[in-house]
Amino acid sequence: MERHYMDSKIKGVSTGTTILAVTFNGGVIIGSDSRASMGGNYVCSKTINKLIQVHDRIFCCIAGSLADAQAVTKTAKFQISLHSIQMESPPLVKAAASVMKELCYNNKEELQAGFITAGWDKKKGPQVYTVALGGMLLSLPFTIGGSGSTYIYGYTDAKYKPDMSREECLQFATNALALAMGRDNVSGGVAHLVVITEGGVEHVVIPGDKLPKFHDE
Amino acid sequence: KSITTIIAVEFNGGVVLGSDSRVSAGETVVNRVMNKLSLLHDKIYCALSGSAADAQTIAEMVNYQLDVHSIEIGEDPQVRSAATLVKNISYKYKEELSAHLIVAGWDRRGGGQVFVTLNGLLSRQPFAVGGSGSSYVYGFVDAEYQKGMSKEDCQQFVVNTISLAMSRDGSSGGVAYLVTIDEKGAEEKCILGNELPTFYDQ
Repeated sequence: MERHYMDSKIKGVSTGTTILAVTFNGGVIIGSDSRASMGGNYVCSKTINKLIQVHDRIFCCIAGSLADAQAVTKTAKFQISLHSIQMESPPLVKAAASVMKELCYNNKEELQAGFITAGWDKKKGPQVYTVALGGMLLSLPFTIGGSGSTYIYGYTDAKYKPDMSREECLQFATNALALAMGRDNVSGGVAHLVVITEGGVEHVVIPGDKLPKFHDE
Repeated sequence: KSITTIIAVEFNGGVVLGSDSRVSAGETVVNRVMNKLSLLHDKIYCALSGSAADAQTIAEMVNYQLDVHSIEIGEDPQVRSAATLVKNISYKYKEELSAHLIVAGWDRRGGGQVFVTLNGLLSRQPFAVGGSGSSYVYGFVDAEYQKGMSKEDCQQFVVNTISLAMSRDGSSGGVAYLVTIDEKGAEEKCILGNELPTFYDQ
């Protein structure tokens, strides 16, 4: 059971990103780009990791203001750890998502971020939850978010199949991220993907030059 | 009023144009069966997007100018000429107009060609998408387009794209119109809502 630490020295407000989470047969893949931008024309960081581990098998990714995202996830991480100690068992993904939802809903005037929570638990297996800007919680087989997601709605609608294998899902997520990064100017950098299964957590980083290329590149 | 989701694709020997059929004014659908593929000449069509009034006016003006031009040169006009006429109007009245026309057709010299004329730019591309619904399908067309598709593949590609855009964009919907232009002429087709391809629906 590894712990991935996120570097929290991030400056500036980021409102551009592409995030997604997809379930497959036996697990879930959560992914994002790595660009943090300020004001739409300055890239403050090319390699930030927007995938945050809130518990051993539960990850979150953030779209929207980075400062808000960090504040919420820190609080959520604490509450989920406390909950898990009280329950004496690993938390359910739904519990983690509910914690995020409560925080988003109760602070909806001040916050500007949307969250995707994905993970694996013993009760229901792999799950993906999305918390939209107003604090609505939805459980879905896959979901996309962030400014870059508008460009891949068509692609993900067409290409998602239930019960994919791990490799198919990895290919699907990588393609979707590459396509969004190719069209959205505030998404870019490398593709971060985390594969969560019963057996553990695996972090895959695909640098820009190894991303799939499409017809005009 | 604004109209949305148009696409044009080149194939070896012609072009396929496609569009949805919804015209909305704010939240109301004003016309649910409008054909946004407008004839400019026998083998040159344009796809309208943006403000309905502006787009239709540009198309009518260019239709007239093309007729005069083709009488003057004594033969069918080139697709590039039609696109240039559209571009001239779009560029000159850039501040007043808000319409984007994609011009596509077949001529003897260049075969099937697709031109974009956004904001007064003129550029030839293998395929083009436009309108508000196009944002949602950029990823899909980037991934699925391949050079050298056959006519049937192209038609399927266009229908799939429009179907995906209609299911995500609130200002696109209704039926799908398709026009296939090749050496022999232009063939118009209308695909009803219930015959459109469906994808995995959450």
